[in-house]
Amino acid sequence: MPRREDIEKILLIGSGPIVIGQACEFDYSGTQACKALREEGYQVVLVNSNPATIMTDPETADRTYIEPMTVESVEKIIAIEKPDALLPTIGGQTGLNLAVDLAETGVLERHGVELIGANLAAIHKAEDRQQFRDAMERIGLRVPESGVAHSVEEGRRILETVGLPAIIRPSFTLGGTGASVAYRDEEYDGLLDWALQQSPRHECLVERSVLGWKEFELEVMRDAADNVVVVCTIENFDAMGVHTGDSITVAPAQTLTDREYQEMRNAAVAIMREIGVDTGGSNVQFAVDPRDGTLVVIEMNPRVSRSSALASKATGFPIAKIAAKLAVGFTLDEIRNDITRETPASFEPSIDYVVTKIPRFTFEKFPAADSTLTTQMKSVGEVMAIGRTFKESLQKAIRSLEIGHAGLESPQLPDADGDGGEQALWASIDTPRPGRLWAVAEAFRRGHSVEEVARRSHIDPWFLRNLQELTQLEVALNAVPPDQREQWLLTAKKAGFSDRRLGALWGMSEDDVRGMRQARGLRPVYKRVDTCGAEFEAFTPYLYSTYEDECEAQPTDRRKIMILGGGPNRIGQGIEFDYCCVHAAMALRDAGFETIMVNCNPETVSTDYDTSDRLYFEPLTLEDVLAIAEIEKPEGVIVQFGGQTPLKLALPLERAGVPILGTSPDAIDRAEDRERFDDVLETLGLERPPGGMARSQEEAEAVAARIGYPVLVRPSYVLGGRAMQIVQDVQGLREYMRFAVRASPEHPVLVDRFLADATEVDVDAISDGTRVVVGGIMEHIEEAGIHSGDSACSLPPHSLSDAVLAKLLHSTRRLALELGVKGLMNVQYAVKDGEVFVIEVNPRASRTVPFVSKAIGRPLAKLAALVMAGQTLEELGFTEQIVPSHFSVKEAVFPFVKFPGVDTLLGPEMKSTGEVMGIDSDFGRAYAKSQTEAGNTLPTGGTVLVSVRKEHHESLVEPVQQLVACGFRVMATAGTAEVLEAHGVSAERVNKAHEGKANTVDRIEAGDVDMVMNTAAPDSKSIQDSYSMRRAALVRGIPYFTTVAAMRAAAGAVRAMRQETIGVRSLQEIHGTARSSSR
Amino acid sequence: MSPQRTLRPPRPALLALADGTVYRGEAFGADAVREGEVVFNTSMTGYQEIVTDPSYAGQIVTMTYTQIGNVGVNPEDEESDRPYLEGFVVKELFHEPSNFRARGTLDEYLREAGVPGISGIDTRALVRRLRDGGAQVGVLATAADAQDESALVARARASTGLDDHDLVAEVTCAEPYDWSEGRWAGIAGQVPRAAAPERRFKVIAYDFGIKRTILRMLVEQGFDVTVVPARTSAADALARNPDGIFLSNGPGDPRAVEGVRENVRELAEHKPLFGICLGHQILGLALGGTIRKLKFGHHGGNQPGQDLHSGKVAICAENHGYAVEADSLEAAGEAIEVTHVNLNDGTVEGLAHRTRPLFSVQYHPEASPGPHDAAYFFGRFRQMVERCVAGESVSGAEIARGWEA
Repeated sequence: MPRREDIEKILLIGSGPIVIGQACEFDYSGTQACKALREEGYQVVLVNSNPATIMTDPETADRTYIEPMTVESVEKIIAIEKPDALLPTIGGQTGLNLAVDLAETGVLERHGVELIGANLAAIHKAEDRQQFRDAMERIGLRVPESGVAHSVEEGRRILETVGLPAIIRPSFTLGGTGASVAYRDEEYDGLLDWALQQSPRHECLVERSVLGWKEFELEVMRDAADNVVVVCTIENFDAMGVHTGDSITVAPAQTLTDREYQEMRNAAVAIMREIGVDTGGSNVQFAVDPRDGTLVVIEMNPRVSRSSALASKATGFPIAKIAAKLAVGFTLDEIRNDITRETPASFEPSIDYVVTKIPRFTFEKFPAADSTLTTQMKSVGEVMAIGRTFKESLQKAIRSLEIGHAGLESPQLPDADGDGGEQALWASIDTPRPGRLWAVAEAFRRGHSVEEVARRSHIDPWFLRNLQELTQLEVALNAVPPDQREQWLLTAKKAGFSDRRLGALWGMSEDDVRGMRQARGLRPVYKRVDTCGAEFEAFTPYLYSTYEDECEAQPTDRRKIMILGGGPNRIGQGIEFDYCCVHAAMALRDAGFETIMVNCNPETVSTDYDTSDRLYFEPLTLEDVLAIAEIEKPEGVIVQFGGQTPLKLALPLERAGVPILGTSPDAIDRAEDRERFDDVLETLGLERPPGGMARSQEEAEAVAARIGYPVLVRPSYVLGGRAMQIVQDVQGLREYMRFAVRASPEHPVLVDRFLADATEVDVDAISDGTRVVVGGIMEHIEEAGIHSGDSACSLPPHSLSDAVLAKLLHSTRRLALELGVKGLMNVQYAVKDGEVFVIEVNPRASRTVPFVSKAIGRPLAKLAALVMAGQTLEELGFTEQIVPSHFSVKEAVFPFVKFPGVDTLLGPEMKSTGEVMGIDSDFGRAYAKSQTEAGNTLPTGGTVLVSVRKEHHESLVEPVQQLVACGFRVMATAGTAEVLEAHGVSAERVNKAHEGKANTVDRIEAGDVDMVMNTAAPDSKSIQDSYSMRRAALVRGIPYFTTVAAMRAAAGAVRAMRQETIGVRSLQEIHGTARSSSR
Repeated sequence: MSPQRTLRPPRPALLALADGTVYRGEAFGADAVREGEVVFNTSMTGYQEIVTDPSYAGQIVTMTYTQIGNVGVNPEDEESDRPYLEGFVVKELFHEPSNFRARGTLDEYLREAGVPGISGIDTRALVRRLRDGGAQVGVLATAADAQDESALVARARASTGLDDHDLVAEVTCAEPYDWSEGRWAGIAGQVPRAAAPERRFKVIAYDFGIKRTILRMLVEQGFDVTVVPARTSAADALARNPDGIFLSNGPGDPRAVEGVRENVRELAEHKPLFGICLGHQILGLALGGTIRKLKFGHHGGNQPGQDLHSGKVAICAENHGYAVEADSLEAAGEAIEVTHVNLNDGTVEGLAHRTRPLFSVQYHPEASPGPHDAAYFFGRFRQMVERCVAGESVSGAEIARGWEA
């Protein structure tokens, strides 16, 4: 069937901010869908609140709305744009849920918008636990015994038939939010209550556990002619019980005979038909009993997913792109396979390699969180590696993770009663946690059997034997006499060993191993990902390394630039950097260069095979990057766009003779090395908070004594404020030093005066070496001391004076010129009493580049890439700072809800996973939008609960008065209430949490509170006292503010919201780039 | 090279191609020197079915997927009484399988069958060579005393390959036998299968190298199956009074198969007839068509086979190096229509007669290994036989058109 002619304009809904369970894979999918639909001549209208995405670039869609993703807001967009259809399946669970809400509230019908891709009935059948169960029974498939609960009482009755352990799965949530496994009767009610609260439908499935069974996923596509293909099979290394997003996963499936696999495939096809997914891709999950092969269906997602992004990268089959084309009427046989060109998309990819995905966790950011892996996803990113064998791909994936592992190193195991760590070892194997892989390898090193490890971990023996063989090879390598090492190199490299790991085994440096390898002429070759196991010629250079005979890289002799990506997403380094890398690739390709992307993160747009001319899906280690540089010989490498990951490689790459584009590695070092940077500031006569560098505890105490407490302490060379703390006294400093020195032993610790109540400012600028143009000045809403990545900010600044702004511009310009920046630079300042202090300079792309680009309507990363390739800002026509007349507010989004027991207070260590952007004509409205987008929708009336520390009493009065003027009632704890009353604001008294019944927590839980304003004194007792109140607000989704500045902004926003309804505008309209909508 | 080399001394193996390319790796399976046409298969599962498929007689099979032996071998997944292929080529072989049905390892299995294997070579480079240069003869040597490269290359060059060899004569059964076993019962929780129809019909299956799953699928369609040797005369077959005739898959060059074509021509005059793979090619030849050799053939489980009538695409298992030339049948004056094509290259994959109850398919509706999408062919055959027995005058093309899957 050809393209549908009865629709012209299609609305796409993105997935909003990055949260655990929903990351940049949906930018990848959404961008593909936009491109595919426009390629077919449709107009695309896009809604997504996340500015750090390629899909929200004004070039990606015809109309781009960075607006709240609520029914109310999207209805306004629909009313303006009048789309014919809505494609609900590319924006993750968020997009799907919003589409369902739009349909169910009658918005779609009212405006004549048709759902394409998946109809409402199919979505309900797949997402509603009871309907799905009934559907499976109708087609004769098994599901684990279960029942649907809407209350704890109902759940109790279900438990009688299901038994313990029981899996609790809330309906309509993403990444398994609220899901858990109840092992003990006494924990069941609490877990179920929590899960019910997390479900937007207040509904949960309670299911008999199939813990320990094998878990498989099939990525399935169906077209309107009922053709069905399975794009990829995925087998989980971790057995059932660990969320698939937190499992190590492998493609293709490894431990099924054809007969068992085909039965699974038949079941997947039957499920697609029964659920009624008309067109597009779905993910179907199965559990298999390893004892007899019994097959049960776990769930299906009738949309593109994290797994479909992985499957696309793993096979070269672009699921989201094809799903978009199927949604507008094409059938699979009418769509060409881009990679082979000759063959149609109606086939099933055959792969001749093994793909391993390993999740990346950041429990170090949340020490109070439980790191046990369970049915609720907890990882924040992932890496994927391709090797010809499982062993090779696993070892490549390990070193891609950037968690300090170059291979299967021995874990540190605390000794208990002189057992050499055996108890600790088995504890790490019995319970899945992030480091289990290394514990398993250690078990084999210690001579334990595959059978025993399999029995205790439920990991399939096939995977375990591979690990056992790797450790056996390590033992053998260890024993090789020095003069025979060379002969073992090839064997080791074929099994995926890194030079660094070999160096560790042989007591040599990584450089020496590389030297020995190169002396023998041992270099990796590159194979192509071609969807077909080499059956047809591949025209797309999507490459991975291996140690074999034939190299298929076929480098060209064009002028080429290599871009190093950011590796796995983590807190502090996420999609913003991938956005910059993608922009660099686009700009340089347009400028006539061949672009070469290197990255190992399967979720990203940068690892889409058509983003760059050539894609190397490889770990971002010196060894792997150097090997690519050797074969490609680029005229320059861009390391400044991918965050800290590639930046760390700048110096070693330069030393190895690889040309680094833009700002020189020496200039980067001058900015990042404390002492060298102090010299820069002195030269320029710029101020910074007094401080110093300490290499020992004594030195740290001396610096602190000199400058006075409170001090801000942090290790040098970190991103995302890792291990950054504000310390109040010498006791705190001593505690910190014990922790920090362990966190980063090779690098000294910085100790700076903490500027309390200062305003922090971020400035992004581009320099071509002679001219510096400021992209944007962002005033933080939260005061200094909150990590810039966690603070909301406003562009343009909403309260800074002209004199301060002038100082900021002047300092930024001089810093860029003094450092010799070529490309992007970010400076963080603190402003206190009209004085400007430099906090730090990062001569690289910053997290705020996408936000600024969207706020000012100019693509900073693209401009910077062109500057790095030799153009001047004048040639690029970017010579003046653009100060927009509208306000843009960036707000951070946090994962607290996923981590029971974790406090929501903000500090100098970054904790947010994503961001949203609110744009409107004034600051109040823009801020209000940003709060709605961040899931913190402000009430326009009701009761505000106020409880702030003494120092904040006075500054609180004004915002509370504003709220009262808007009709709010006030509830306050004793001290706060007194001050308010003194200013004529009457407040209902409420007990603090530790003061007995009818306290703040009780009132929040009773639903008496609509907004919470709370600050706590920085001592652990005050924090502890108010913790349960913040947590209660979080769990109930009540907006809460923990800084005075945010309270002020919130009060202003409430006033703006009450004055008039808030409208929506597309980026194209805001920046005056709108093209006529008739094409 | 697997780290197993650290545990046991590897046996060297060598694969020499007629074009002079030599691959050195590790031996598994039997100690032997064997020659055959080197082909590749892109199925990611089902190596045991491939190894025991008699259609691979005369061939050395390379698996494009790299992890082989993972699930071992078991008696239920055998497609014939033993491996008929000449050699097996893999990237990495696993000696300790993990699957609840595993009863042994692939290594032992091939050793007992006398088939040599080679692992640890750059199989992708080999596949690309075959793809670009076409299928060619190779010699696989695992015997320690036969590792001389030039001698093996010379032997590969001297070989005539598959063309003009009647390999069917080597793999067909010696005596007729009845087959009554249905399909593998499967696993708990699979999609329920339809029960076999009550009314039973009798089919004669010509064994050109028949796969057991075909027999099992026929049983499931309510057929009492008698398997007969390839050269069974039409008269002998008809004397058994069958309701339908089935022509099986098999190895090699259909043009070289002797003593069959004439019988098929005669049987096609009297009985509803269905052919698969080599059976499809032989039917084509029997009706006066011609055959061409494909460059490197179709061998895999992911091929798009389109039913030209419904437009629907089945993902199917294919295993053929030759194809029927559609125009040749028209030229021979037969009222034959093409019912199925391979969407990758347009190769004819299905034929049906416009006036007589005959149809055939180039690919493998029995899969094994491969997706079950095309299993509907067995239902079509059942329907055609049933209607013929009922005295209807029904053609293969009519069945193909009227079929509701």
